[in-house]
Amino acid sequence: MSEASPAKAYGLHLGVIALLFVLSFLLPEYYHGLLARIMVLAVFAMGYNMLFGYVGLLSLGHAMFFGAGLYGAGLAIIQLGWSVPAAFAAGLCCGAVLSLVIGLLALRTTGVAFMIVTMMFAQVFYLAILYFAAWTGGDQGMVVPQPARVLAFGATSLDLTDPTVRYMAALGLFSLVLLMTLAIVRSRYGRVLVAVRENEERTKMLGYDTFSNKLAAVVVSGTICAASGAAYALLFGYVGSSFASVQYSILPLLWVLLGGAATTLGPLIGTLFMYYVIDVTSGYTSAYLLIVGIALILLVLFFPKGILGTIRQRWLGWLP
Amino acid sequence: MTDKNGFFDLSKTGFTRRAALKGLAAGAGLAMAPGFVRYSQAQSSAPIKIGFQSHRTGIGAAYGRWYEKTTAAAIKAINAAGGINGRQVEVIIEDDGTDPGRGAEVVGKFATQHKTDIVFGTLFSHVVIGSAPAAGENKMPYFVVSEGHHVASTKLNRYVFQPGITDVKSQIQSMAPWIAANAGKKVTQIFPDFAFGYDHRDYLPPALKAQGADVIAQIAIPPTESSFTKYFPQIPAETEVIYHVMVGPAVLTFVKELGEFYGSNRPQLFGFIDSLEAVDINSPGLEFLDGSHFWEGSPRYAQPDDTEAQKAYRAAVGIDDNGAAVGDPKDVSTAAHMFGCWETLYVVKKAMEDAGYKGPEDRAKLVEATEALKEFAEGPEHPQGPKTFNGKIHQCFGIQNISKVEGGKLKVVHKTKIEDGLYEPEGDYTTQAL
Repeated sequence: MSEASPAKAYGLHLGVIALLFVLSFLLPEYYHGLLARIMVLAVFAMGYNMLFGYVGLLSLGHAMFFGAGLYGAGLAIIQLGWSVPAAFAAGLCCGAVLSLVIGLLALRTTGVAFMIVTMMFAQVFYLAILYFAAWTGGDQGMVVPQPARVLAFGATSLDLTDPTVRYMAALGLFSLVLLMTLAIVRSRYGRVLVAVRENEERTKMLGYDTFSNKLAAVVVSGTICAASGAAYALLFGYVGSSFASVQYSILPLLWVLLGGAATTLGPLIGTLFMYYVIDVTSGYTSAYLLIVGIALILLVLFFPKGILGTIRQRWLGWLP
Repeated sequence: MTDKNGFFDLSKTGFTRRAALKGLAAGAGLAMAPGFVRYSQAQSSAPIKIGFQSHRTGIGAAYGRWYEKTTAAAIKAINAAGGINGRQVEVIIEDDGTDPGRGAEVVGKFATQHKTDIVFGTLFSHVVIGSAPAAGENKMPYFVVSEGHHVASTKLNRYVFQPGITDVKSQIQSMAPWIAANAGKKVTQIFPDFAFGYDHRDYLPPALKAQGADVIAQIAIPPTESSFTKYFPQIPAETEVIYHVMVGPAVLTFVKELGEFYGSNRPQLFGFIDSLEAVDINSPGLEFLDGSHFWEGSPRYAQPDDTEAQKAYRAAVGIDDNGAAVGDPKDVSTAAHMFGCWETLYVVKKAMEDAGYKGPEDRAKLVEATEALKEFAEGPEHPQGPKTFNGKIHQCFGIQNISKVEGGKLKVVHKTKIEDGLYEPEGDYTTQAL
């Protein structure tokens, strides 16, 4: 695999961002709204990819980081009456602190044990949401009131419930995280993460503190997922426990596997693909999950490295 | 820009008042010609599109299937009687997977892709709450059949209505007088440790207190639990009534283990039929429920005093005297709730007619017309019984049934009054902007 020049790599990513910007003016109304949601969830997948794709740590508990952002932002607005930026920051902080604590504990394990430990912590987080139903709304969840979802700048304000504002906000977050991810994976730190994935013992022998590097990756990954959760609460107005359930730990794994693990654009491709397959097939049959399952099996058989991963392997070795 | 010598130059045409009148007359004649009439009607007689947010998959699938059957029957009856405002009604179904995230997407899809006139039919509370913001943002009237208190709590938004089924707070409040007078004064509650159970936990004690009875113990059972015997010793010995609202697949185990714990010497049992919707009351393990009482929105079993409207409704939906699908006795319906789909659609019809509804541009008028509704008389459109409607909280109030399990059937032994379920409004949606 050769590495792309900075101009080529950043050019490609800026091109994708530009394309998404242009699509805002071209897409029919429904797909415009759907793509905004997909971009927010693609950020979740990018956060997951940071840990799974680049460090090789398979977590089954990332829904708790998404949930930390979702509830951190949602509760800050609903229960404390905070502004949108403060609520978003609260969501990020919750995700960062939670991922630091979980990282410190879970990184004492590896492999299957890491999967199980992260899944158990996520289950604790999920059940805590149900237990503290008086504040969290339990399994029913809560609505973030429409009047509170306004971003005020002095005399002017942006209504996050407006489809165009919402799309641009989602695109802004997506672009920021995409470029940040690209910068990380191309940095020295990113190379260390890949080295840990490929051979942790050898990386240790070379003098790197692999625990610290992995912990930092867990925090970055968890915070990105929390950013996605916080954005979801603010842009779509619902905070619910189902987003912290095990299903939402498995979904980013599927999105990343589909798009291509350890590819910067794979999470977007995977999320987009999965969403559209479900959206289209559910219009024809109630057995749409069966079709999704078959599509996944076919992809694993013919694109074992995911869509972009296979493209990189066969044709475009420079893809980041 | 106009061409002085061309088509747009009217200066040399001698355009007189007489010519103008002739032109108008010709235009009027053309408008009255058969072809033009047909064209106009085609514009105004396009079907009214109702987006049905259905739980086809996920935990709500059993309800979803019967909600679809009831909706199809109601739409068939409405269309056969001339539709709404002279237009036929078309239902477009999307599966929400009983998932709030997907639910919001489905509401968005109805609003922006299918361009339906309203969205209708959601049952599960978390899906309603998850979808409500999308309905508000798209200014899409959203008629749910959920029985949750979330609509009446006024925590959602002005576009969300529940006019066809009573909410759980009202139902619980209506049950209290009968429980206190007939079952016992000392009540122990057993409920699932999530929102559905919390409604019962929070609303029953004050309702019983008002009737001179008390909840002496509340036992919350975690949703992950599959065996219940260890909880039963927590039931105080002086308990006269066990009030149970367990739901989900574990309910059969719950009843069986409760039977093993008490044997033949048990307190009175009172439950909500939500536990056993779509479940045959004669299933093995449920024998212990014989002689116990249940809340039912609409009776599952045909009753001797069923009205003609009730009989016609059951026939139209296709349920037999035991509340199962005609021709398939094992396919037990969700009779206690699904009538809400039928009645909600007739409320929508009435509100659209009152509003002179023509299309999506009249959605605000539809909201106001629905809020202006006051009562629904018992009859073919409201076979479950009469109802009142509070436009400020977007919630209807109606009668409830208390049924006794007797000989493997549910027999209605008491019907509450509408007044039993009324409570003070907690807010006012009509103060919100449209």
